[in-house]
Amino acid sequence: MEIAIVGGGPAGLSAGIVAARLGAQVTVIDDNSRLGGQLIKQTHKFFGSRTHYCGTRGVDIAAILEQELRKTGAEIVLNTTVIGHFQPNILGLASSQQFTKLTYDRLIIATGAYENNVLFENNDLPGVYGAGAVQTLMNVYGIRPGRRVLMVGSGNIGLIVSYQLLQADVEVAAVVEALPYIGGYHVHAAKLRRCGVPILTSHTIKAALGKEYVTGAVICRVNRKFRPIKGSEKRLKVDTICLAVGLSPLIELLSQIDCYLVYIPELGGLVAWHDENLQTSVPGVYVAGDVSGIEEASTAILEGRIAGAHAFLSLKGRDANPEAEAIIHDARQELAVIRQGPFGEKAARGKKQLQQYSPARPVIPQ
Amino acid sequence: MSRKTSEPKETRITNHPILTFNRGKKVTFYFEGKPMQGYLGETIAAALVANGIKVFRYTEKHKRARGFFCAVGKCSSCLMVVDGVPNTMVCMEPLREGIRVERQHGRGKL
Ligand SMILES: Cc1cc2nc3c(=O)[nH]c(=O)nc-3n(C[C@H](O)[C@H](O)[C@H](O)COP(=O)(O)OP(=O)(O)OC[C@H]3O[C@@H](n4cnc5c(N)ncnc54)[C@H](O)[C@@H]3O)c2cc1C
Ligand code: FES
Repeated sequence: MEIAIVGGGPAGLSAGIVAARLGAQVTVIDDNSRLGGQLIKQTHKFFGSRTHYCGTRGVDIAAILEQELRKTGAEIVLNTTVIGHFQPNILGLASSQQFTKLTYDRLIIATGAYENNVLFENNDLPGVYGAGAVQTLMNVYGIRPGRRVLMVGSGNIGLIVSYQLLQADVEVAAVVEALPYIGGYHVHAAKLRRCGVPILTSHTIKAALGKEYVTGAVICRVNRKFRPIKGSEKRLKVDTICLAVGLSPLIELLSQIDCYLVYIPELGGLVAWHDENLQTSVPGVYVAGDVSGIEEASTAILEGRIAGAHAFLSLKGRDANPEAEAIIHDARQELAVIRQGPFGEKAARGKKQLQQYSPARPVIPQ
Repeated sequence: MSRKTSEPKETRITNHPILTFNRGKKVTFYFEGKPMQGYLGETIAAALVANGIKVFRYTEKHKRARGFFCAVGKCSSCLMVVDGVPNTMVCMEPLREGIRVERQHGRGKL
């Protein structure tokens, strides 16, 4: 295969669309039964500064991108996990029935991110779910995760998933947030408050109650140093505890390929160093989307375009299709605009920090 | 939409303000020998949660109960014995007619 793309979220899909349209042979591999990544669980209308899809529901954006990719005739492999990388350029693919190999010329890793856990007593009890798992149950399969939920984290994910729980007719006992302020957008917080859901800032979860599964939770107030304040504990009767405490890039494959990894908190933790074209320290291996730093769907789409176009360019040369350079140029400009906005600022800082590192001299910059 | 819930409640959502669910064919599967219903197109984990099953396995050393956690095949919390095969990641494994699903105790034997 000329260009192999791991992950069929917005980043992988748009990389595939661009590269296939330019004229490359493309395969997109995803471990789910449907394309779209995180987007298939998003029922709300998307924010996004300058994206074409702003105001469209995530699940509908996924459908649009999927249709565009299918039109190009690119090969799509579903229900298949890329479980390993072998030298020099072979991927190991596993589905429930078989293991196969795929050789590539260019590789784009768009695996997205996984959810963080947080430390508290009994955090391993059944009924403690990641926000993504709750969304999968509710929005993909139409199954309520429980009847009464405690949400941990008031970033956009925590707020949006709380609202989605209400839409599925599940009670939300409270949203707790350790910071002294709400992390997500105020429109989302306001919607929840209108429905009577308390959002408790400077609060955290102390313990999950229950023997075999969650039957309650203990929450408490925290001081400025995030230490629990004695005597402020409160018991809530809930059957589900939903964790929305951030995401970390899914870098296992990149680490196997020996890409130079750098720790940047603004990007969500360890990420593969990459240049302006999204190429990592290993020539011919690209990243795009949340795996290159936690951001949003619009930036994932733009990064995908750049990676797709550059993979094509580096493989076939600029004469093969002069459009490739224009695509990269336009997408870079759009990215710069988004990252100048108030919500892109953190990622912009992270990406800038990344450039202070150099794979040629892998040391910590001052 | 109301915040107050009217108990007891169905685990399956039938009325949703935005989504409609196109469930596949209804099938029977067995959990610890007991027949249960689910739909083609969903994962084994989803079908179990819909049937009120929260405990999927017990850990080797401390015998702690484990259930569903990430739903995306990343945390290994959901390993069960499916048709005799241990360590099956049920959050990714599609439900099939007639399969036998069992809780896994410890590491599972081949
Ligand atoms: C609740 C919530 C609300 C959000 N709201 C917004 C919003 O309003 N606006 C906005 O712009 N963004 C929003 N986002 C963020 C947006 O969804 C993500 O930034 C975006 O989906 C990232 O795209 P991606 O393609 O990088 O990764 P993903 O969408 O995560 O896709 C990665 C895909 O790769 C697959 N994969 C991973 N590893 C492998 C492997 N080894 N083999 C095969 N497949 C693999 C995954 O299963 C997945 O399908 C929201 C996110 C959440 C969770
Ligand atoms: S629930 Fe995490 S791997 Fe299945």
